[in-house]
Amino acid sequence: MPQLTQLSLVYQSQWLWLLLVLAAIYLFVGRGILPRVEATVDGRDARIAADLAAAERLQGEATQTEEAWRARVNAAHGAGQSEIAKAKAAADAEAQARIAKADAEIAAKSDAAEAALATARASALAEVQGVAAEAVQAIVAKLAGGSVSAEDAAKAVAGVMA
Amino acid sequence: MHQFAITPLGSETLTGSAFQFTNSALWMLIVLGAILLFMWGGMKRQLVPGRWQASVEAITGFVDNITRANIGAEGRKYLPWVLTAFLFILFSNWIGAMPFGIVPAAHPFTVTSQFSITGVLSITSFAIVLVVGFWKHGLHFFTLFVPKDTPFVLKLLIAPIEFVSFMVRPFSLGLRPFVAMFAGHILLDVFGNFVVQGLNSHSVLGYGISGLCFVFVVGVNALELLVGAIQAYVFALLTALYINDAVNLH
Repeated sequence: MPQLTQLSLVYQSQWLWLLLVLAAIYLFVGRGILPRVEATVDGRDARIAADLAAAERLQGEATQTEEAWRARVNAAHGAGQSEIAKAKAAADAEAQARIAKADAEIAAKSDAAEAALATARASALAEVQGVAAEAVQAIVAKLAGGSVSAEDAAKAVAGVMA
Repeated sequence: MHQFAITPLGSETLTGSAFQFTNSALWMLIVLGAILLFMWGGMKRQLVPGRWQASVEAITGFVDNITRANIGAEGRKYLPWVLTAFLFILFSNWIGAMPFGIVPAAHPFTVTSQFSITGVLSITSFAIVLVVGFWKHGLHFFTLFVPKDTPFVLKLLIAPIEFVSFMVRPFSLGLRPFVAMFAGHILLDVFGNFVVQGLNSHSVLGYGISGLCFVFVVGVNALELLVGAIQAYVFALLTALYINDAVNLH
């Protein structure tokens, strides 16, 4: 077992080199690299935790915003519906009024036209009677050689046409 | 046993001087270089670590967990030493198990197969326990040997037992990694010899034994890697446990 038989010859150099190596590891790794690695890991953990918290907060905000938006949209929908109903009612009323007005106008026009027609017919009839009376006078004069007064002719024509 | 022998480098014979450079010192420096090279990968400090940085962070996180779980929040103060011991034992064990012997003129050497090395590691841990214990608790540290809420008669019996078990700690702590490496490498040596002797026997039985032993050598080699990691873990764990005794008493 060389570990025992060589011990007295090697222990000093073993210990010297071991202490040098351990001191180097302790200083460079334990005191140099390790704190930096731990800082990196801690920083990453903190970053992840902060990011998660921020994500949660943002999600809450998004939910709130969505709710507010939805409420606003609903309110706008309601307002729109009432506007539409109002506009419909107004349009209906206006249409009714216009129809009524147009009806009245049309009625007035047709009344006037009928009246004009009646007067035209009456004057035409009178003229026809006048012409007929004159024709009667002329016929009587030619055929019978007598004369008929304009009044009698007119009466005779009126009696015939009545 | 040749694999455990320390030979001088640069001179003919061992002189017993502290400044003599030996193969053991060379392999300690190789272990140191490997540790520094590996840990240097942790200096990239990227937010999203690459494989190398992730391995370094995994190892420091592993040892950090050991100290934190056993010592508590104060464990970080002792992490540099626990990590130093862990890395040194782990790298020594694994570099000692690497097949450098197939390179001509290279003589692999397992630093941790020397109890003069593991002994210093364990005595350092033990010294930290003593210094921290007496620094924090003064003479109260001796109450470590007296269990609480125990009848006085039992205390009389238990205190000496506790004291002896406490004093045995540095020996058990230092012998454990040494014995594991020593036994493992002897096992490899024995089975390796069987392989060669079986081949030299020029008989069917010899070839059969040779093949079987080769399978054993492969298996023991794999086991050796596992044992090397476990010994480093056990050393770190026990160091943390012992420091916990000193920091928190019972």
